[in-house]
Amino acid sequence: MMGELRELYQEVIFDHNRNPRNFRVMADANRRVEGFNPLCGDRLTLYLKVEDGTIKDASFQGQGCAISTASVSLMTELIKGQTEQEAEELFEVLHKIITSQDEAVNLEELGKLAVLAGVREYPARVKCATLAWHTLVAALKNDRDTVTTE
Amino acid sequence: MTSATQQAPMLSMYDTSYDVKRIRADFPILQETVRGKPLVYLDNAATAQKPNAVIDCISHFYRHDYANVHRGIHTLSERATAAYEGARAKVQRFINAASEKEIVFVRGTTEAINLVVRTYGQAVLKAGDEILITAMEHHSNIVPWQMLCRETGAVLKVAPINRKGELLLGDFEKLLSNRTALVAVAHMSNALGTINPVDEIIHLAHARAIPILLDGAQAIPHMPVDVQALDCDFYAFSGHKLYGPSGIGVLYAKSEHLEAMPPYQGGGDMIRRVTFEETEYNTVPFKFEAGTPNIADAVALGATVDYLNEIGMKAIAAHEHQLLQYATERAHEIAGLTLIGTAEHKGAILSFVLDRVHPHDIGTVLDHFGIAIRAGHHCAMPVMDFFGVPATARASFAMYNTFEEIDRLMEGIEQVIEVFG
Repeated sequence: MMGELRELYQEVIFDHNRNPRNFRVMADANRRVEGFNPLCGDRLTLYLKVEDGTIKDASFQGQGCAISTASVSLMTELIKGQTEQEAEELFEVLHKIITSQDEAVNLEELGKLAVLAGVREYPARVKCATLAWHTLVAALKNDRDTVTTE
Repeated sequence: MTSATQQAPMLSMYDTSYDVKRIRADFPILQETVRGKPLVYLDNAATAQKPNAVIDCISHFYRHDYANVHRGIHTLSERATAAYEGARAKVQRFINAASEKEIVFVRGTTEAINLVVRTYGQAVLKAGDEILITAMEHHSNIVPWQMLCRETGAVLKVAPINRKGELLLGDFEKLLSNRTALVAVAHMSNALGTINPVDEIIHLAHARAIPILLDGAQAIPHMPVDVQALDCDFYAFSGHKLYGPSGIGVLYAKSEHLEAMPPYQGGGDMIRRVTFEETEYNTVPFKFEAGTPNIADAVALGATVDYLNEIGMKAIAAHEHQLLQYATERAHEIAGLTLIGTAEHKGAILSFVLDRVHPHDIGTVLDHFGIAIRAGHHCAMPVMDFFGVPATARASFAMYNTFEEIDRLMEGIEQVIEVFG
């Protein structure tokens, strides 16, 4: 596979796509929001258990492309144990990096999410990577409606 | 990957006398490279590329003949009017309409359908009336009717399809009733490639005196269309899918309907006499063309039609039929590939899904090989729901595509499977 494509489809992405983490319905969730990408028709349901401003548990269900599946899978891993504010800040950093053309971005800030930085080169795929996160923001606002990437 | 020795005998079964090389030379964009590879453009159902004849016509018109139409008495205005009305006559002959007056220039298929909804539909539809569409419609032949039904209390009825993506004609017939005010059907499906049995559909509708609109956006680039032989009441299509400019399209309607229909938009050119008390409308088709129209693109649509007539729609249809047949055979060889849309009567569209690979990922990887396909719901979400997929990958062929390009597509798909396998 060619270099640029390899940047997008890193091994970690394949891994999460094949074996998504926290892929389950959460019976005792206190937040449940559906995310929808009208561009491709992908849908996901995000489940959160938020107690005292901290995300105690996160899981999801749904079908999507490799990028969106890896993004939501990684997200559920990373936000577990984070405060709501920390989770939102993480999204802000991710969003800045994958939508900026600035080469000098600090991938270290992103930690594990750095594998999603390759999406930068594919404007048409940015929404695949951010669907999970838009859904998260809606869930943290306790918004029970379906959110879209538009 | 299929070896060359396997491919050769298959290809020899096809008639390759169609001069695709000469046609390709007419389309400058086909010389482009994408990501270092020669472009393989297989997104023709979304929009087709433009030949020099069209590109040069637009340039020439703006350089030499451009002025506003139907008003000036100066030379350029006369020239522009002659070119604009000349294009209307060319379109009339291209689809064999009975009169130039039956050709209304619009922005595209979507506007053509909306025009019928907002004029004919709004005038005739009452609460309890029904509009009958099919389960394979593009959103543009669903949403405008849905909006009108909401406003009028009419009901939108949907004729079902089978797993091959074919209309169930018996069910369609049962859905026709004395409440059916209009039938609106895709001549060819953009998501599945199905060519609908429009002769039978029109016959069934007309036997009950129900008018019929055909959404011709997909059909018109792939086959000869004769609106008089079809006897449809309305036929809508876009220039851009027909190798013509974007932003110009056509609504064909029988004169009797156009005469009876109220105007679409109010403004200049659609009037004969205006006072503050009342307005006398212009004759058809001008009654439906308010404001300065898309003059240059209409003229270039005329040039498009000239170009297509030279090659011949029958020859184009025959070439594309072979491409589809070849692509379908090659696709069957790929394990894990499922075709979505396997109607007996099909146009040059290959919609498919791969096990464990999402269409968007297919699209991105193929793009790396210079291959442009569409990945998504193709503005036909109900079709995706019916087949239980969020999206499909769609390769759609045009008159300039080649057997070699299909080989490259299949090699690309094999690569996708290897990468994601």
